[in-house]
Amino acid sequence: MLRLDGTVYAQMLAHCVDGWPLEACGLLGGRPGRPDDGGAAATVCYPTANLAESARVYTVDPRAHLRADRDAEARGLEVIGVFHSHTHTAPYPSPTDVAQAPDPAWHYVLVSLADGAPTVRSYRIVDGNIAEEPVVLLSG
Amino acid sequence: MPDVRIPTMLRPAVGGAATVSADGETVGEIVAHLVAAYPALGGQVVTEDGSLHKFVNVYVNDDDIRYLSKLDTKVGAGDTVTILPAVAGGAV
Repeated sequence: MLRLDGTVYAQMLAHCVDGWPLEACGLLGGRPGRPDDGGAAATVCYPTANLAESARVYTVDPRAHLRADRDAEARGLEVIGVFHSHTHTAPYPSPTDVAQAPDPAWHYVLVSLADGAPTVRSYRIVDGNIAEEPVVLLSG
Repeated sequence: MPDVRIPTMLRPAVGGAATVSADGETVGEIVAHLVAAYPALGGQVVTEDGSLHKFVNVYVNDDDIRYLSKLDTKVGAGDTVTILPAVAGGAV
C-alpha cells in the first residue's frame, strides 16, 4: 500500500497536467513501509523537469534528484518512489518503465491522462515483476 | 576520508549503511576501494570496461562528475560523494 498525503497527491496531479502533452515526472519523499504501520507514506512531492522533453519517455533531472535526496534526508525522510505521466496510454508500467526501474524498494506511481481526467495507480517493480498496490490518501 | 552516500538500492551491498567512508583522491579510486571492501558493489557503479555505469549518477558535493573529470574527478578529504540511480522510463 502507498499512502499519499493529500497535498502530495494534488501537487503530483497538477505537475502532470501542467506538463501535458509531454510526460511529466517527479520524486516522492516519505517513509518506507514497515510490516506493522500500514504501508509506505509519501509526505513530500518533488516535481522535477523531464530532461527528455518527450510525450513518450521521461528522465528525471539528476540535479533535481540530488536536491530531493538532500531535502528528504534533512527532513528525516527518504526518496521512496517516482511518479510520471502517461499522456496517451494506460497507467500501467511499460517495458521501458520495468527495465529502467532503479530501485526494488521504490513505489512507482503512474498518472494517466489518456482519458482527460487523471487516473492514478501505484506499483512495486521487483526483478521485472509488476505488482499493483492500493493508493490511499492520508487524512488530517 | 570522504563520505560516500549510498542509494537505497545499493545499501544491501554495504551491510545496510546509508553512508560509508572510503579512501581515495579521485572518484575512481574511491569506488575501487569501496568495491574491494564490499565486493557485492562490483559492476554496479563502474562497469567492467572501467567507465561509469550509465544508470548511475555520481556527485562530488553538488557537482555531477560527468561534467567534471568523470572518474578522475578529484575528491578532497572533507568532500561528500553521492551515488544516485538514474531515474527514467516512459510509456513505450
